[in-house]
Amino acid sequence: MTDEFKDLKDALRNEGPISPRKEARDLAIDKAMHAFDEKNTSAAKGIGIGNRLMGTAIAAYQILIGRRSMNMRLTPALAGGASLSALLLVILSTSYLQNNFEDAKTIPDGLASRQPTPSPQKEAVEERVFAELRPSENDHLTEESAIVFADPALPSASAGLPSTAAEPTMMAPSINPSPIIAFDAAPGAVGVGHSSAPAEAKRRFMIQSFDADQQAQGFYQDQGRDEFSTIKTNPIKLVSEEPVSTFSIDVDTASYSFIRASLNNNVLPQKDAVRVEELINYFPYDYARPDDTSVPFKAGISVYPAPWNDERKLIHIGIKGYELQGLEKPASNLVFLLDTSGSMDAPNKLPLVQNAMKLVLDSLKPDDTIAIVTYAGSAGTVLEATPVKDKAKILRALDNLHSGGSTAGAEGIRQAYQLAEQNFREKGVNRVILATDGDFNVGVSSDEELKSYIERKRQTGVYLSVLGFGTGNYNDALMQTLAQNGNGNAAYIDSLNEARKVLVEEAGSTLFTIARDVKIQVEFNPATVSEYRLIGYETRLLNREDFNNDKVDAGDIGSGHAVTAIYEITPTGSDAGLIDDLRYSTSDALASPSATSGEYGFLKMRYKLPDESTSKLVSTPITNDKEYSSVEEAPNEARFATAVAGFGQLLRDGRYTGSYALDDVIDLAKSAKGEDEFGYRAEFINLVRLSKSVAAIAPLDAEHSVSPTQP
Amino acid sequence: MTMTDIELAENARDGDRNAFRQLVERHYDSAYRVALRMTGSVPDAEDIAQDVCLALADKLSSFRGTSRFSTWLYRVVVNACRDHHRKRATSDRLHSNYAMVYEFSRADEADDSQRRGWLSDAIADLEPALRETAILVLSEDLNHKEAGEILGCAENTISWRMHEIRKKLKTLVDANHD
Repeated sequence: MTDEFKDLKDALRNEGPISPRKEARDLAIDKAMHAFDEKNTSAAKGIGIGNRLMGTAIAAYQILIGRRSMNMRLTPALAGGASLSALLLVILSTSYLQNNFEDAKTIPDGLASRQPTPSPQKEAVEERVFAELRPSENDHLTEESAIVFADPALPSASAGLPSTAAEPTMMAPSINPSPIIAFDAAPGAVGVGHSSAPAEAKRRFMIQSFDADQQAQGFYQDQGRDEFSTIKTNPIKLVSEEPVSTFSIDVDTASYSFIRASLNNNVLPQKDAVRVEELINYFPYDYARPDDTSVPFKAGISVYPAPWNDERKLIHIGIKGYELQGLEKPASNLVFLLDTSGSMDAPNKLPLVQNAMKLVLDSLKPDDTIAIVTYAGSAGTVLEATPVKDKAKILRALDNLHSGGSTAGAEGIRQAYQLAEQNFREKGVNRVILATDGDFNVGVSSDEELKSYIERKRQTGVYLSVLGFGTGNYNDALMQTLAQNGNGNAAYIDSLNEARKVLVEEAGSTLFTIARDVKIQVEFNPATVSEYRLIGYETRLLNREDFNNDKVDAGDIGSGHAVTAIYEITPTGSDAGLIDDLRYSTSDALASPSATSGEYGFLKMRYKLPDESTSKLVSTPITNDKEYSSVEEAPNEARFATAVAGFGQLLRDGRYTGSYALDDVIDLAKSAKGEDEFGYRAEFINLVRLSKSVAAIAPLDAEHSVSPTQP
Repeated sequence: MTMTDIELAENARDGDRNAFRQLVERHYDSAYRVALRMTGSVPDAEDIAQDVCLALADKLSSFRGTSRFSTWLYRVVVNACRDHHRKRATSDRLHSNYAMVYEFSRADEADDSQRRGWLSDAIADLEPALRETAILVLSEDLNHKEAGEILGCAENTISWRMHEIRKKLKTLVDANHD
């Protein structure tokens, strides 16, 4: 044999880890066994009911497990693509379980008792399969097994998951033995390296994967009809021409969850979906809290070089709201306005809304009231204001919700406000919470009309929060308009876990306002700063004169909220400036007194207390005594916010971030992960990694990859 | 005590669950290995191996016991790979997948990269029939007769193909040494 043969042969034989991954192997063997069982039961019994159901379950299981169009596309760029795909598969099944666990907890007793817990269920399945294999067994066994199989598929028992999606739960336990192991092993493969992240992070990640995968599966889904208002990235401003920058704070987080859902679907979010400030404000930050309650929030300032350009600096303004404790929490009068139109008929919409609502119940006090208004073909009150302690009644109303018909959004909003006003609580929280995919397609409502209606209602003290659901047909533009004009906040819910974050963990900041109409104005010092640029907040800019005008609406801060704003500045004298000096006029006249030479600018904030209508002013100079000579020395929280800001800008177009790359974002975020109790930051890092591979795909191709029928 | 493949296959055909499991467990690895070499992609190979396992219960009835079980299974795998190939792979993609598999499995042997380069090229450049032959004969160590049985051609054809492969490799080696 010639050398070249030997070489080839050696290469083929000794190429190292050719043995299959255990997960893939186990999965294949499991599936083979199921196929075997199916074949043999049908041979023994003919086509029985249980058998047919099992076949359906296997088919559904195959759809879920067998095809990996989404993950296939990740392979070229993710060094561990193959492992990742298996990771998602295994997790997928556990999160189905998890979901059903959670559902099981909240459904009425009668139903709960009928839903078997997973591991006994597995045994039951196996036992029955065996039983069926034994020729001497009676026929009635087939009937019984049919009940076991059918049970998880009962719509009410699985709290609204459509039956095809629910059926795989009976299969899930078969690959359950190593879900956590799979997860732990996987980060190594994709280079995540945080296997010690808290269990919460795992759970979160699982649920997310579940949702991402769920969205890739075969139910009807709109595509490419998400609507966003166009955002023009804030340009660089010359201090000598426009020394004052004014904006309203933005506590919304919808943008982050939306791009997360999008990236998890292997699609780059459209540029206008990325609002950098909402990305930053999604994360909890441990900024210094207000010392006392006289001023409801406190602003901390730090200055450090921009990671994407050493010559420029970032001014990081971190605002932390005062946190209401237990008894201080005002009584709540909540009216849920739920969209039950046909477009909500998807697992990540109405069923998620129902489950999210159940979470809310747990975070309220017994005497708080909840009312439910739905709007579909016609709007209607499903539940009059009911105290939370009457939980069974609320749950019953929730479980009876069905989707169908078109959307008469305007009428629904009217009814919801009416209910809220009927039960108005002085000194309490009066809030309409709108849950929708934003598809208001029927009724009197032009966006403008709806907006002015909500603006007027704001005066009555009823606030509005908007929870967005679903992708493909998501009308972000309208949701933002509604929330911004209704003294509210907008969040995008892509998973039960996100619902938990918004409605339970952050219930305080979502529901209890501590300061209204918070505006920020920064005046830069031309002696020290030549250019500046506000990162994000494009949709929240205000005119200079609006700052002192109390009639002009702005964002609200909730209890415990953290809000971050970042300016990028070019110090005077630096040659990093993008705007050239003028030839015919000099700026010498601007030379300023030496007394303020250590100041970059002056920060002013205006706010109103919740029950007052005139604003108060707080101000502080932005000095260089909180300045750090490198990003590395900057405080953790500021560094992480900077990483998120970098990511957001890269997702938009990276116009001002030079050669800053996703890998740099990852490094910076990793260095600033801190305690990360709930794993949000770890998730962010994963998301950045994910976006690396998504970005490698041409947008058109990416759109195809979400098609559920893709082989 | 261990049963032979054929005994297991017969028992499985009669509905013996454990026999079937043993059989699948015994042969999954080689099915996966061949699929990996044929496709050059780990996810594809996992898909194929899984499909083969899934179909096994049905296909088993067509196993007559006239050849070795492993030979029969190779044939199933090769056919699955061909189907798969028809469905999606272009030679370009295959090419890059090969490069990747080699990179993954041997990333630590950096100095070996040049040799690796031409070897992976060599395999990916072979036309499909030759590649199948090379994989079965060289890496699975089957004789020409078995390979012929699996690929559905005469023993002589396999010998001729091996000759062709040798020629092509030689050309490549020469080109490489220039």
